Order: sequence, then C-alpha cells, then structure tokens
Amino acid sequence: MNTLLTICKREFSAYFATPVAYVFIFIFLVMSGVFTFYLGNFYERGQADLVPFFNFHPWLYLFFMPAVAMGLWSQERQLGTIELLMTLPVTLWQAVLGKFLAAWFFAGLALLLTVPLWMTVNYLGTPDNGVILASYLGSWLMAGAFIAVGSCMSAFSRNQIVAFILTVVVCFVLMLSGFPLVLDFFRGWASEGLLDLIASLSFLTHFEALSRGVVDIRDLLYFVLVIVVWLLATTQVLTVKKSV
Amino acid sequence: MIEVQHLTKRFGRFTAVNDLSFEVRPGEVLGFLGPNGAGKSTTMKMLTGFLPVTSGSVHIGGYDIAQHPVAVKRQIGYLPEGAPSYGDMTVLAFLRFIGEIRGYRGAELRQRLARVVEQVGLQDVLKQAVQTLSKGYKRRVGLAQTLLHDPAIMILDEPTDGLDPNQKQQVRQLITDLAEDKIVIISTHILEEVSAVCSRAMIIAAGKKVADGTPAELEARSRYHQAISVRFQQPVNAAAAFSALPDIHEVDELEQGQSYLLFPQPGARPYHAVNALIEQQGWEVDTLHIERGRLDDVFRQLTGV
Repeated sequence: MNTLLTICKREFSAYFATPVAYVFIFIFLVMSGVFTFYLGNFYERGQADLVPFFNFHPWLYLFFMPAVAMGLWSQERQLGTIELLMTLPVTLWQAVLGKFLAAWFFAGLALLLTVPLWMTVNYLGTPDNGVILASYLGSWLMAGAFIAVGSCMSAFSRNQIVAFILTVVVCFVLMLSGFPLVLDFFRGWASEGLLDLIASLSFLTHFEALSRGVVDIRDLLYFVLVIVVWLLATTQVLTVKKSV
Repeated sequence: MIEVQHLTKRFGRFTAVNDLSFEVRPGEVLGFLGPNGAGKSTTMKMLTGFLPVTSGSVHIGGYDIAQHPVAVKRQIGYLPEGAPSYGDMTVLAFLRFIGEIRGYRGAELRQRLARVVEQVGLQDVLKQAVQTLSKGYKRRVGLAQTLLHDPAIMILDEPTDGLDPNQKQQVRQLITDLAEDKIVIISTHILEEVSAVCSRAMIIAAGKKVADGTPAELEARSRYHQAISVRFQQPVNAAAAFSALPDIHEVDELEQGQSYLLFPQPGARPYHAVNALIEQQGWEVDTLHIERGRLDDVFRQLTGV
C-alpha cells in the first residue's frame, strides 16, 4: 500500500514539475467554459442546472485525457527509468495502478477546479445539487476510463505523440460504439448479439444517464470494469514488451 | 550468494545469453567483460529481475527470482546502463522517492539520505534538477540510489562509462571500499578497471562464458605472460644475440632496436641468462622487466577479433 502511494505521489508531483500541468488545467477550464456558455447556451436555456457543462465532457476528455495519460509509460521507456522502476521492490500492479491513480487524481483536480461553475448556477437559481454531484462522479469515472485506455496505449510506444494518437482513436471508437458511425461498420457481418454487445460498450450511453443525475449501479460498474480491463491490458503489454 | 544455472535468453531467434552458469560469493567483485552486444547487460537485466529468463534459473540470497522477484529486488542495488533517473526531480526528491519505495520513513530515511549523499559527494547539488547535472554527477546520483538500502548485492552496469579519469578513480575507490562484505558485479569494457577493482573476471562473448578467473589468472593466458621486456638507452643490434640464447623462443624487435620483447620457451625462465648477456655485452639498459601478461591480448584472443 505504501509503495503504491509512493509511486502515485511521485507521478502526481511529476505533472507539476513542468509548467505543462498548469497549461493543461488552464486550457481545460477555458474549454469547459467555452463549451458551457457558448456552445451549450447556458444562459439562453434559462434552467438552473449544469447539463450543458457535462454534455460536452466526453468530447473535451477525448483530447484532454489522452494528453494526461500519454506520458505514463512511454516516458519511462524513453528515459530508461522503466528499468530503474521495475528493479525496485515493486510489483507490476503497484506500478500500473499507482501511475493510473496519479493521472486520475490529476484529472479529478482539473474537474474540481470547475467548482465556480457550480457556484454560479447556485447563485443564479436553485439547481438539484444531488444531480450535479452524481454528474461530477460520473464524469470523473469516465475520465478514469479514458486514462486507463491511455495508460495501455502509452505502454505500447516510447513515443508520447504516438501514444496520444492511439488513445484518441481508441477512445473515439469506444465513445461512439453505440452509434451508427461505428455500428454500421459491423452491421451485415456481425451477429445481433455482438452488435448489442458493441453498442453496450459505448462511453456515451453510460455517461448520458449519469450526466442526467441517474446513478445506476450498472453504469458505475461499467466504468469501473472498463478501467480494470484496460489496466490489466497495460500490465500485459508491459510484460510482453519486455520479453521481445 | 548468487547462483546462476544454465541461464539463457532469446529475443525471437537471436540468442543473447547462452547457457551461462556461475556463482558469486560475498566479498567478490566480479567483472563482466566482453565486446558490445556480448550479453553483459542482458545478463544483468535478468539478475535484477527486469527481464524474464527464457530458460535456466537465478537464485539470489536463497530466493528464486522467478518466484520471489520482490524479495530478490530488495537485496539488490542496481545501476542500469546510462544511470537513468527522473530528470525533472531534484536530487533530493529523487533519492527520497527511492528511499520511500525501499520502505524507509522519517528519521531513518533522513539518516540514510545523509549517509549516501556524503558517500558519493552530492552535498552541493541536492536542490538541483537531475537533468541539469553533468554526466559525472548524474552517475553519482545513480550510484547513491543503489546504496540507499545498504544492499548485500550491487549490480552496476558500466559504472564509470563516460566519466573523466578523476571521476573514474573516485567511483573505483568507492566500489573497493564498499566491496568488503558485499557481492559486487560490474560490467565494463575498460580492461584496466578489471585489474583495478575486480577480484574475479568473467569474459563473455556471443552470450557464452569464455573465461572465468582472477585477473592474474587471465593475464597468465596471454602470450605476453612471462615475456621479458628490455629497453635500451640507445638502439642496439641485439636480435641475433638474444635469439641465440637457449631458452628464448622468439624475439620481437621494436622501435628500430631500442627495445625488444623476448618470448621464452614454455616453462623456461631465461631472465638471468638475458641479464648476463646484457652485462657481458655492456649494453646500457633503460628498463628490464618480466611482463605479467596483457588482459587486452587475452580479451582479443578469446572474443575472436
């Protein structure tokens, strides 16, 4: 447990060792403002809720989270520090989980800094704060899913840009897997059951309910499961990459 | 104690390490010698648990590395090739991270940090980011990292590579000081280093062990072993006279007759005869000595270039 926390702590503070973290957070906050107020018509809707804010999160995350996760493993490999880290008395799981948590907490911090929006909406009206809380939780879970994918892609390549692009592509497919764009690709040759399965994997479908404040345990489980599966894949990629 | 049995590593079709077996005991400083690509680093990566073995076994301190990797890693201080470290971190933050991973907290951590910082001389750069340091300092940070938990086993991959002569000397001294009750394995292709710090040397070529012994034993395998080297003050035409001595097998004339290398017949000790001849002829001698043998000669001979 201590080892896990030590790794997580180092990784988290590594974000702030360079100005990149501050730039990231700044851009994230600006973009979420732009999406909410301009594209989401926050004022014109005349409703005291944060629906326009949360609705754009999947799209914002599609580019933001891969950037947060791209360095997790590719940087270790590029610097050669992976050899240092993996010869310290740590297990592969501690390293993978520790790094993931650091990135996830970083995303959580960025999300937390949007609290002024929540205060604004409370100042302007009387929103259902339970719904907003549920939405924040759902959004953070979804961020975790993006980052877990990013962790796996980052283990593939020593080049961060490659890791970034791979993550964006995979996340895009996962986001839209419930939509015709992706489903049409499978329709015609895949069975109905498989189509349903693919459709049920969509980030958007599961986030949609959460963002409306409907906390269904199945949606929560879905995101937790996605995180676990992609972290498992990360350990496999790291193991295989080492022995070839 | 390290026991390695039939260690083999393949990458696809390429065999990097081929059926390597050896043991190392506390107090030994073992030098891995070999040309680039001979499998030195790969062997070290398997000993430290970074790479899985293809076949064979590694036991360290009684633990099988395949079954108890973390228990093995606890006993080892490892300096990977090039001494990688997290460049963004300050020296102090980096060493503290390593200390915490090794399970130290509070006063004990501070004590251990203070000790290694003094041991390798990092007092002046503690607050600097590792990436801003010179190569010599980076190497020292890497060494400090291996020493924090006072490990029973130190595995150092080219610890003096890229250092200037003074720094090399410092690192060698440090290794010698530490080595007393530890197992130290270093890899190098600097042969003088082997004579300077190692109590045992192992030559590896194409993944196989081709020689294993004390540096003196290896030197004895050189054709220069027991050869007599003479250097005169002025060039002398002495080749014929030396060849005529009964125990001399071969004479090499160097520097237009200013110096000679005399190779004796196997088992013969012609030093006195040579000396007597020189006295008798009245040649003015600059130096006259018996060669110990040359590691680089043995190295070339065994690694086949």
